[in-house]
Amino acid sequence: MNDTVQLSNLSTKLMRLVIVGHVDHGKSTLVGRLLADTDSLAKGKMQFVQDICDRQGKVFEFAFLLDALEEEQEQGITIDTSQIFFKTRKRSYVIIDAPGHKEFLKNMVTGAANAEAAFLLIDAFEGVQEQSRRHGYILKLLGLTQVAVVVNKMDMVKYDPEVYYRIKAEFSSFLNPLGIEPRMFIPISAKLGVNVARRGDEMPWYKGPTILEMADQFEKRPPQDHLPFRMPVQDIYKFDPRRIVAGRVESGKVRVGDKVVFSPSNKTGVVKTIEGWSVPTPPAEACSSQSVGFTLTEQLFVERGEIVSLADQPLPIVSTTFDANVFWMGKRRLEKERNYTLKLTTQEVVCEIVGFRKVIDASTLETLGDQDYLVKNDVAELTIKTRQPVVFDQFGVIAETGRFVLVDDYDVCGGGIITTYSPTAKKDKLRDEVRLRDFHWAASKITPDQRAYRNGHRAALILLTGKAGVGKAVLAQLLEEKLFHNNFQSYLLDGRNVRLGVGADMDNDRYFGDGEAVRRFGEVAKLFLDAGHVVISTSNTFNQEDHSDIRMLAEPSPVVEILISDQPRTHGEVDIVLTPEEAGKKSETVNKIYNYLKDKKILVGHNYSI
Amino acid sequence: MDHLDELENQSVFILREAYKKFKNLAMLWSIGKDSTVLLWLARKAFFGQCPIPLVHIDTSYKIPKMIEYRDKIAKEWGVTLVVGQNKKALDEGMNHAKGRIVCCEALKTQGLQQIMEDKGYTGLILGIRRDEEGTRAKERYFSPRDKNFEWNFKDQPPELWDQFKTTFAEGTHIRIHPLLHWTELNVWEYIDREKIPIIDLYFSNAEGKRYRSLGCAPCTFPIDSQARTVPEIIEELKSTTVSERSGRAQDQENTYAMQKLRARGYM
Repeated sequence: MNDTVQLSNLSTKLMRLVIVGHVDHGKSTLVGRLLADTDSLAKGKMQFVQDICDRQGKVFEFAFLLDALEEEQEQGITIDTSQIFFKTRKRSYVIIDAPGHKEFLKNMVTGAANAEAAFLLIDAFEGVQEQSRRHGYILKLLGLTQVAVVVNKMDMVKYDPEVYYRIKAEFSSFLNPLGIEPRMFIPISAKLGVNVARRGDEMPWYKGPTILEMADQFEKRPPQDHLPFRMPVQDIYKFDPRRIVAGRVESGKVRVGDKVVFSPSNKTGVVKTIEGWSVPTPPAEACSSQSVGFTLTEQLFVERGEIVSLADQPLPIVSTTFDANVFWMGKRRLEKERNYTLKLTTQEVVCEIVGFRKVIDASTLETLGDQDYLVKNDVAELTIKTRQPVVFDQFGVIAETGRFVLVDDYDVCGGGIITTYSPTAKKDKLRDEVRLRDFHWAASKITPDQRAYRNGHRAALILLTGKAGVGKAVLAQLLEEKLFHNNFQSYLLDGRNVRLGVGADMDNDRYFGDGEAVRRFGEVAKLFLDAGHVVISTSNTFNQEDHSDIRMLAEPSPVVEILISDQPRTHGEVDIVLTPEEAGKKSETVNKIYNYLKDKKILVGHNYSI
Repeated sequence: MDHLDELENQSVFILREAYKKFKNLAMLWSIGKDSTVLLWLARKAFFGQCPIPLVHIDTSYKIPKMIEYRDKIAKEWGVTLVVGQNKKALDEGMNHAKGRIVCCEALKTQGLQQIMEDKGYTGLILGIRRDEEGTRAKERYFSPRDKNFEWNFKDQPPELWDQFKTTFAEGTHIRIHPLLHWTELNVWEYIDREKIPIIDLYFSNAEGKRYRSLGCAPCTFPIDSQARTVPEIIEELKSTTVSERSGRAQDQENTYAMQKLRARGYM
């Protein structure tokens, strides 16, 4: 049996409404009543439910129209969210019935996350309860602020306006600090159908809209076309000669001929075509919420997870650290020193919680002391650190790219919105600098490929690392010489030389204190790399983290790290490890490095003769 | 963007997520209007291709015209077709007279289970919709099934902001439902707009009857209708208050028939 009559939606868009609130406050009853009073039920459906009630010896319940599961009907509670279609004279609706029991919060979230407006139900007799408040808070976190509060079961309090006004005052003082201003408080009796589809004469003191009138007043969320363009890459298709970048436009729009930027790789390209199948003419532009695919004038290697934006619009943020408001639905605690998967648009990265700034009992808004974990159904303000950089916007700027879920084991266990980001970490600042530099870099008419052809090698950075006195400097000099005598453009960039000239404006504390030495060294190296050189570097002052920063500054040029150490423990980025004894056999070792560079196609040899 | 565009874009997004996240993915094609629309949407999603194999569970009791149509479309559209059949149950004489629920479970549910085990599929795309019946209204886009093929409807994963359940334990699989948010009428309006060739069993015949939902011949009954074209079907649906699956006998076997069938792995 289908539950509702047919709706035509060709011309009008659908409005998605969710009904939330504490268990037993009458959500399913309200939905059932709405369906019955708008003639939205299939023939025989009322009778079908009546038969079930008769068989089970129960009084007829509207809720049974939605609570289709046997367990739901037996226990008289909604276990999982249901979606039902109905319509008014104005437009069509999907009405989402969310469970109110604390146990099923994740199902409530599932229902509410898909809605554009919410009715939050409160039992006039019981008043504001735990889930009334928690659901209010969750709505806020989901970004669902178009809310009307429904005071149900007014028949149980003899339609007393005092009760209505008391609940209105109490609940307003809870919602308003959250930034939720309810559009209306509607007193109803779902069971008797008062102020649902028809206005009763039971409450002449109430002049506001009925439920149906209120529903018609909610506004559709406007398209997000006016915001900066964001398209997370979902996949790359190569079914035929076309190489199509596929994804959904989350905000803004893109046109054929636009210059696009991929983050976090910072690659740029120009849109050649927007592809389509079974359409009369290929589209010239793609707008928000369209699932599209485009080709580029030049082929780029890009992957799922990158976010495409426009070169002449604000770029998304790239960082490994940010603050977020998170709600937790997992059976296990959310805690420090454990890995979770963070999914944001099409990105998936490993993350951990590095700070619990404020843990809140969502049913009371009480702050839970110095608690540094989060249990099921509670919310918190957190600082999250990801293993790889994530691309995002702040939730308040672009909602679609400012929210994420957390996966524990196999399941989504939490959701969050990114509230603030400030590039305080040294690495974040450096990354922002690199992006700015890359976009505004005045490119030479001579391409890196042309330089490589002329030089017989690609530009590359060779880092000799290891403790002081293991023989790095000697090796670096010999390598520079060897390359030079083989007609390659090599240059030994000494950290001391950078310090003496480029760094002459600072005292030692400032120069070495906050990463400035690394930054300046890396940027100077970058200039040599842009000129096409093989840059050899050795420095005792830089540590492991510094080398990683220098890598970031040098990209996309290849970086080769040669570590001289007798410690077996190495980190992942090292290309060659030499013991001090090996490093001592100088010419043998220089040849080894030389051959490695040939193997890596950094040295390719000269293809021309003068 | 009108409403059909919204539905289409959401379905395309889901199909692309499924294709990216599941190494061994298949799509169930019942030959009916919904799964044929699904096939059309896959071709939209992948720019003319359907890189996902189509699985048809042949109970041997299907209306003969359905097989004819299936083979014709598969050839014309160049799709990979995989046919599954529970031969053992058929050899032992399974049919609806042994009980409709028993028969559905043997020939459809177990037939599907066998082919999924054979092929090692971990993701299965189906064309079910929320408006079909009550338990489907509670479904997720990405819905896990355990190693016994069972649906734990009491403990479904949360689904928000189009972040779906795409990781799962060994031995389990995920059902993917890209048409979940469509209605029967939406499906017909889309068929009309896209001019999708649909099997003619849905159109009124000389006796003034048409099928509204397709299944096995012994358990599926046509309705009285004069609708001979897609626009006429759309007009008819706008005024009907009879449910879509009223001609499907297995649904009416007992009060919670569909819940029980689906909990054990039915579509």
